[in-house]
Amino acid sequence: MPVAVVFILLVIGSIIFHFASPWWFTPLASNWGTIDDTINITFWVTGFVFVAVNLFMAYAVIRFRNRKDSKPAKYEPENPKLEIWLTVLTAIGVAAMLAPGLYVWNDFVHVPEEAWEVEAVGEQWRWSYRLPGEDGMLGTVDNHRVSAANHFGINPNDPNGQDDLLVTSNVLHIPVDKPVKFLLRSKDVLHDFAVAEFRVKMDLVPGLVSYMWLTPTKTGSYEVLCEELCGLAHFTMRSRVVVDTQEDFDAWESQQRTFAQSQQVRDPNAMIGSALYAVCATCHGAQGEGNLALNSPKLSGQSDWYINRQLQNFKQGYRGAHKDDLFGAQMAPMAAILADDAAIRDVTAYIGTFAHGDSDQSITGDLDRGKQLFTTCGTCHGKTGQGNYATNSPRLNGQEDWYIKRQLINFKEGIRGAHPGDQFGPQMASMSRMLRSDNDMNDVIAYINSLSNQPENKIAAITQGEH
Amino acid sequence: MIAVLIFMTAAVAISYWWLWKQKILEQPWLTEGTAVDNRDSTNLAGKSAKSGLFVFLAVVTSIFSLFISAYFMRMNLNDWLPVDEPRLLWGNTGVLALGSIAIHWTARAANNDSIATVRYGLIATGIFTSLFILGQWVAWQELVDQGHYLQSNPAATFFYLFTGLHGIHLLGGLWVWLKTTLKVLAGQNAEQTILSVELCRNYWHYLLVVWLCLFALLLST
Amino acid sequence: MAYVALADREPELSHPHSFITKYIWSQDHKVIAIQYGLTAIAVGVVALILSVMMRLQLGFPDSFSLISPSEYYQFVTMHGMIMVIYLLTALFLGGFGNYLIPLMVGARDMVFPYLNMLSYWVYLLSVIILMASFFVTGGPTGAGWTLYPPQAIMFGTPGVEAGIVLMLASLAVFIVAFTMGGLNYVTTVLQARTHGMTLMRMPLSVWGIFTATVLGLLAFPALLVSAIMMTFDRLLGTSFFMPAIVSMGEQSAYDGGSPILFQHLFWFFGHPEVYIVALPAFGIVSDLLSTHARKNIFGYRMMVWAIVGIGGLSFIVWAHHMYVSGMNPYFGFFFATTTLIIAIPTAIKVYNWVLTLWQGNIHLTVPMLFAIGFIFTFVHGGLTGIFLGNVVVDLPLSDTYFVIAHFHMVMGVSPILVVFGAIYHWYPKMTGRMYNERLGQTHFWMTFLGTYAIYLPMHYLGFLGVPRRYFAYEGIEFIPESAQDLNAAITIAAIFVAFTQIIFFANMIWSLFKGKKAGSNPWGSTSLEWQTPNTPPIHGNWGDELPKVYRWAYDYSVPGAEKDFIPQNTPPSDKAPETNT
Repeated sequence: MPVAVVFILLVIGSIIFHFASPWWFTPLASNWGTIDDTINITFWVTGFVFVAVNLFMAYAVIRFRNRKDSKPAKYEPENPKLEIWLTVLTAIGVAAMLAPGLYVWNDFVHVPEEAWEVEAVGEQWRWSYRLPGEDGMLGTVDNHRVSAANHFGINPNDPNGQDDLLVTSNVLHIPVDKPVKFLLRSKDVLHDFAVAEFRVKMDLVPGLVSYMWLTPTKTGSYEVLCEELCGLAHFTMRSRVVVDTQEDFDAWESQQRTFAQSQQVRDPNAMIGSALYAVCATCHGAQGEGNLALNSPKLSGQSDWYINRQLQNFKQGYRGAHKDDLFGAQMAPMAAILADDAAIRDVTAYIGTFAHGDSDQSITGDLDRGKQLFTTCGTCHGKTGQGNYATNSPRLNGQEDWYIKRQLINFKEGIRGAHPGDQFGPQMASMSRMLRSDNDMNDVIAYINSLSNQPENKIAAITQGEH
Repeated sequence: MIAVLIFMTAAVAISYWWLWKQKILEQPWLTEGTAVDNRDSTNLAGKSAKSGLFVFLAVVTSIFSLFISAYFMRMNLNDWLPVDEPRLLWGNTGVLALGSIAIHWTARAANNDSIATVRYGLIATGIFTSLFILGQWVAWQELVDQGHYLQSNPAATFFYLFTGLHGIHLLGGLWVWLKTTLKVLAGQNAEQTILSVELCRNYWHYLLVVWLCLFALLLST
Repeated sequence: MAYVALADREPELSHPHSFITKYIWSQDHKVIAIQYGLTAIAVGVVALILSVMMRLQLGFPDSFSLISPSEYYQFVTMHGMIMVIYLLTALFLGGFGNYLIPLMVGARDMVFPYLNMLSYWVYLLSVIILMASFFVTGGPTGAGWTLYPPQAIMFGTPGVEAGIVLMLASLAVFIVAFTMGGLNYVTTVLQARTHGMTLMRMPLSVWGIFTATVLGLLAFPALLVSAIMMTFDRLLGTSFFMPAIVSMGEQSAYDGGSPILFQHLFWFFGHPEVYIVALPAFGIVSDLLSTHARKNIFGYRMMVWAIVGIGGLSFIVWAHHMYVSGMNPYFGFFFATTTLIIAIPTAIKVYNWVLTLWQGNIHLTVPMLFAIGFIFTFVHGGLTGIFLGNVVVDLPLSDTYFVIAHFHMVMGVSPILVVFGAIYHWYPKMTGRMYNERLGQTHFWMTFLGTYAIYLPMHYLGFLGVPRRYFAYEGIEFIPESAQDLNAAITIAAIFVAFTQIIFFANMIWSLFKGKKAGSNPWGSTSLEWQTPNTPPIHGNWGDELPKVYRWAYDYSVPGAEKDFIPQNTPPSDKAPETNT
């Protein structure tokens, strides 16, 4: 008896939960309202069955439960007529859900001819985008051609590719009310391009180009999430798509760099850089050795692409702008002195010429535990903490431990990496939360210190650069 | 997935046909009281072993048809370079067929209670089958000499995989063959060997058919 | 093997007497079943603990969590793989299949007892290999239970050093073990049924286990094939599944392979696997409902046809797991249609269960509570399956928490409720003693309500679009704070359910020594396993003579009969049930 009552209460409770739930689909921002309609039809049909079957069962339990005066059960092996009726009714219900489903799927499979194309590229663990440029055609690509200088692996001999617009900044803009076909391509493993507000999603599969299409109907900024497990940092692989009016989109598009432009960047000049570095030397030291008293980190041995990016971040106000980042606030105006991208690259190149000396080590901790924790860090930063431009992870070994610790704390407390313009900071902010206590940090930093003491790492400074 | 779907369709069709023959449409509550003896109660062990082997061969067929499906799907990708099968394979096929004939002959002899023939038949089977495996090994060496390594191309990978898998199954068969042969040499009489020999016969015929399918597939692509 | 053949006439069983041959190297299907069951439950407890660790991270990422992202993905993977393969498959087929098939069809043992024993030890080996991956460099694989390449074998996934190799090896060994057992179950049903046990007189439990075994024998090869090919890719550098890849800035040596090929092979196994777990549950729950409602199962023929129909159809629906995988989207039309068609026989089974209760004489025993609890959760999980099977509805919902909620409801909670129901139901036969009724009821209520509290809200996280397999959610704008609160609530419910299981274990152990003596047929059941001369049944099951079967397994409350059940081995002239003890 209680079981029947509980079933009835659960049915009622489920219905109440359904209607009262604040957790429901995000507001639709694409043409796929038909998907929502299909879901609603499915909801009504399945909801009816859920309520009917369970209430009937509860009623049967109440009415036919064993009591002192219970009648014996009825001997009824089957009732073909009833069973056929139920089968037919079920088939009708199934058809009522399937027919609209297939109809809408047909729309999804057929991309409208007027759709424009944009390519979304996934890799561990970032998104980048490619627009076809003036000729409206994307150039051919090949994973074999991917290198630090050719992020997308575009075929340099294909004229269609020269004017392709490359968006490596994590944010894609698309114009409202214009059908867009996303071409989806992966460099390494499976990913999935998903925007909750658009409803549709599709996997990225290395070795082939998959697609999906939609027409954005509402301007705004939407989050792109990777929804196919792609390794350790899967949950930090996020991006943003901004739906603009046509004018805003045109303005944005005109600022994007073409593939041809990306191939014509002047080599950095360390000589010019040395002059610019004079200001930096006051705090960071003549050989970039760093200075704890002035809160200036060591620069020597750090990867050039990383110093480059941080200078950009300071300059743009993506870093050092948080009110609690006192020392970052000191660096920001300094970075602003560097006039343009070329100056930044010159000074970076000069820093690259410094000899990489020993670091002061003051933090100690449990090395075994640190090693355990570092398996996660090492996935991006390298097993020996050598850094990797491809995962946007700076070198850790040979860096001064007080600085690493301060940055970990900053990341964890949202002082660093929380600015929307900081492209990769949020990934580190997310990861830093796995170090739940001061001890965790000390252990992992002690392990990084031990990596610095291995002689081969002192030589193996990473020199790969990204342009 | 075409190959495996064809196999599954066949497997499901055979199962349904068998169920049909088992009167799956009857209303069991009406047949109360008739104690049907649904089995021929002689030689149950033999029957169990044979249907066990039949089911096992269905499993093996599933494995091979899945590999063949994978072969077809992988073949359509653009880095596929067909391998020239060594001519030796024709000879190997002949030897394996002889092995099959030998075991068939042995099984007949066992049923005719002629233990001497069983002895010769088993030894012949063993020789032919070992020759086949040796021949396959030589064929591998030829391919390696031509520069077709396991990793060099998917077509080569599949060649090694198919022949290797088939060879492993034959080696498993040879193990049973060895046990049977040792018993026969130790003086078992013909009637006692019938079951083992017949199981071997079914298995050998099956592996011959599998080999013919694989060989045809390799030749045609 | 030999003695089964002669069993009818010369019951000369060699009864082993030493402890080791009786309980360790045993060839008795009942002992092997219990070995399988205990091992599966033990490994299931490990998976349960892993899930609690995951839930702590999701519910309380900053305060009570103990794990790093690497461990999170490793636990996700191990939890899934253990629960699906090493717990549910092994328990339903190796455990219940082994125990019930010979008893229910009236055989003395499986037809190949030695192979049966080997099957268990090989299964144990696969479990040991799997558990060993916790102790190797890099730990177990964190590739997700689907093990999708390229990610599963590329740097960037935890456990790529050794964990993935051990996982693939363990799966291959498991498949060998399963095949050994499966050949036994199928051949025993084919050849060793007792006199009069026609197919249509078999209890539905046997039908479910038998069909599931056939599915397993045909489908597990797909997992074996994909595991072999992935091992080649990982260890020998072939490119079955591996296209040209730039892994973290470095060109890999792979070229030309297809990750989607793996997905086809995997799900060609993976979907039938759902039914390998579900069909035995369907069969067992039918018997529980019928016995405890004192009524024949409604529409027995339809139930049998539905089982074999679902079994056949289960091979042509696999790609509904791949709607957004990047495969040719035109496949979506076919697979959505087949998937929704399979809903029809499944729905018929549900109707027939409910109609079995109708006009029954329902005894709300613990097994019965679990059985009707199963109907409730299965209806819920089955209906949400229609959402995911209907291809466009899958677009927004795939890879979200809706999927997690759906398959836990339909493939986690529902079969586990049947497992519990079945254990309570057959406990008196296996041990000769009754379980404690009050503890059993408490266990049901806490488990049933607790799991519903976990999974009902989880669907709504899915509607919202919360992605699955995320270690943390901070910074995602469309996920409100309240969703984190909901996650915390779900975690509390999950921990509650996990601790509730202590009641179950306490009950089982306590009752083993202190339970009431049960007698040979406490439920008044018709099927053969309750008619054994000894309880618990001894080696050889049937004493001198095999039982003869005169009727189907569902003669409950036959009008005019003396009692409300007539055992299958009661001759027609004599309506009174035989007393065997």
